[in-house]
Amino acid sequence: MSGKTLTTPISDQEIESLSVGDIFYLSGHLITGRDDVHQRVIKQGLELPVDLSGGAIFHAGPIMQQRTDEPGKYEVISIGPTTSMRMEKYEKEFIEKTGVRLIIGKGGMGPKTTEGCVNGRAVHAVFPGGCAVLAARCVEEVEDVKWLDLGMPEAMWVMRVRRFGPLIVSIDIRGNNLFEHNRKLFEERKIPIVGEICKHVDYLHGPE
Amino acid sequence: MKLQDQKEWLVDRVARFTEYSAKHLPDDVRERLRALRASETTEFARIIYDAMFDNIEKADELSRPVCQDTGIIQFFARVGTRFPLIDRLEEILRDAVLLATRRAPLRHNAVEVFDEKNTGNNVGFRIPWIETELIPESDILELCVYMAGGGCSLPGIAEVLMPLEGYEGVVRFVFDRITTYGINACPPLLVGIGIAGSVEVAAKLSKKALLRPLGSRNENPTGADLERRIEEGLNKIGIGPGGLTGNMSVMGVHIEQAARHPATLAVGLSTGCWAHRRAWIRFHGDLSYEMLSHKGAEL
Ligand code: SF4
Repeated sequence: MSGKTLTTPISDQEIESLSVGDIFYLSGHLITGRDDVHQRVIKQGLELPVDLSGGAIFHAGPIMQQRTDEPGKYEVISIGPTTSMRMEKYEKEFIEKTGVRLIIGKGGMGPKTTEGCVNGRAVHAVFPGGCAVLAARCVEEVEDVKWLDLGMPEAMWVMRVRRFGPLIVSIDIRGNNLFEHNRKLFEERKIPIVGEICKHVDYLHGPE
Repeated sequence: MKLQDQKEWLVDRVARFTEYSAKHLPDDVRERLRALRASETTEFARIIYDAMFDNIEKADELSRPVCQDTGIIQFFARVGTRFPLIDRLEEILRDAVLLATRRAPLRHNAVEVFDEKNTGNNVGFRIPWIETELIPESDILELCVYMAGGGCSLPGIAEVLMPLEGYEGVVRFVFDRITTYGINACPPLLVGIGIAGSVEVAAKLSKKALLRPLGSRNENPTGADLERRIEEGLNKIGIGPGGLTGNMSVMGVHIEQAARHPATLAVGLSTGCWAHRRAWIRFHGDLSYEMLSHKGAEL
C-alpha cells in the first residue's frame, strides 16, 4: 500500500506536507492519552510526565498484560483508537501546552481543535476504528507507563511503533477538516431523504 | 454432578463464552460486513474494510479481543423456571465476568459512579448488567452476552415525543442522531430503535433490537416496512465505513415496540458498531449446550 512513513520527532515541514485525506504511517514513539490525561494536564494543570513536543499522542485505552518473563514490563494485547471528539474540550490547550504535532484517534474533531491545529501546526489523523489487533501488531515495545493510577485504559502508555497505520489525515494545519466536511454532506443529503420517508409513515390513523 | 460442581462448571462455560464473544464476531455480522464490503467502490472504503477484515482474521488467529474496548458486559437471559441453577444465576454471571476478564484478558471498564474509581475487574455496582425473562415450565437457559463499548454507546438517546409528531418525528430523531453522533461510533452501525409509551421502555427496547439476528424483521408488517425505509434512507446518505463516505451506511435497522400511552410516543435509540460483539448460547437442563450465534464454535 502506498503512503509515506513519518518518524518522531516529526518536523514542521513533514507536518506541513500533510493534507486532509492523505494516507500515511508512523514510526517512532507513540503515547496514549485520553479523557483523564487531558483533564489532568489542562483542568488540573499537572505537568506531563513525558516530553510530547514534536511527538504523537494516541487517543486510545488499550488492553495491556504484564509480561511473565519480565515483571513490570507490559505487552499490548489490543489497542485501537477511541472517539477523539471526547477530547474536543481540551485538545486546543493540550496542543499549546505540550507541543504535540500529531493526534491520532477515531472520528472527527471540532472547530476548537481545528484552530489548535492551525495555531500549533499539528495534525489530527484517524486509525481505522475497532482495528485493535492490527494496531497492536504495529507496536514493537511498550517502553513505559505513566499515571497508571488512572487505570489501564486511561494511563499513558509509552510505546515504540513501526509503520503504525494506515492513518488518514482528518485535520491539517491549513484548517481543513475532513469529518466536518462529511458531516455537512450527510446533513444536506439527509433533508430530501427524510422528507421522502415522511410521506409514507403517517401511521397515526392506522395503515389502510 | 453436585450443585456446587455444576455451578463452578457453568461459571467456567459462561466465562469461555464471554471470552469467545470478545474475540470472534458472530456469523451474521461477518456475513453482513462481507456484503457491505462488496458494495463499496471508493479508496477510503476499501482501505477501511481491508483493515477491518485483516483485524477480524488476526483476532481469530491470535485469539485476541477484536476491539480493545470490550465494553461493559451485559447479559440478557431467558431462563426456564426449572433451570437447575436459576437461583444462582446472578452470582454465576458475575463470577464468569471476573474469570473472563482475567483469562481473555478483557479491558477494565467498570468505573464506580461517585467514587470515580475503576474496579479493575469489570464487576461493579449492578455490573455486569443482567436482565432476565422467565420461560414457564422449561429447564433451559438462553443467554446473550453483549459488550457495550463506549464509542457505540455514545450515540444512545431516548426522548418522549408528543404523539402528533408522529412516526415522522421518530424518523427525524433517528436520522439526526445517526448522521452526527453515529459517524464517530465505528460505522457501519446496527441501529436499534425502541418505540413505547415511556422513556425507559423505549430505551430498553432499543437495546433489545440490537440483539436480534441481522436480517430479521419486525413482527408487525408496518414495523418491518418502517425498518426497511429507515435502512434504505440511511444507506442513501452514504456514511461509509468509519464515516469516511461510501455507498452504504448501516448493517441494519431493527425496531422493537411496546404498546404506548395515547398521549406519549417515546423513542429510544441504541447503536452497535461494526465490531458487534453479541453472542447467544443455549444451555439445557443437563447443562449440555450449543452456541446459536457462532455455528460449530468450540468453547
Ligand atoms: S465503537 Fe466498537 S469498534 Fe469502535 S472502538 Fe468502540 S467498541 Fe471498538
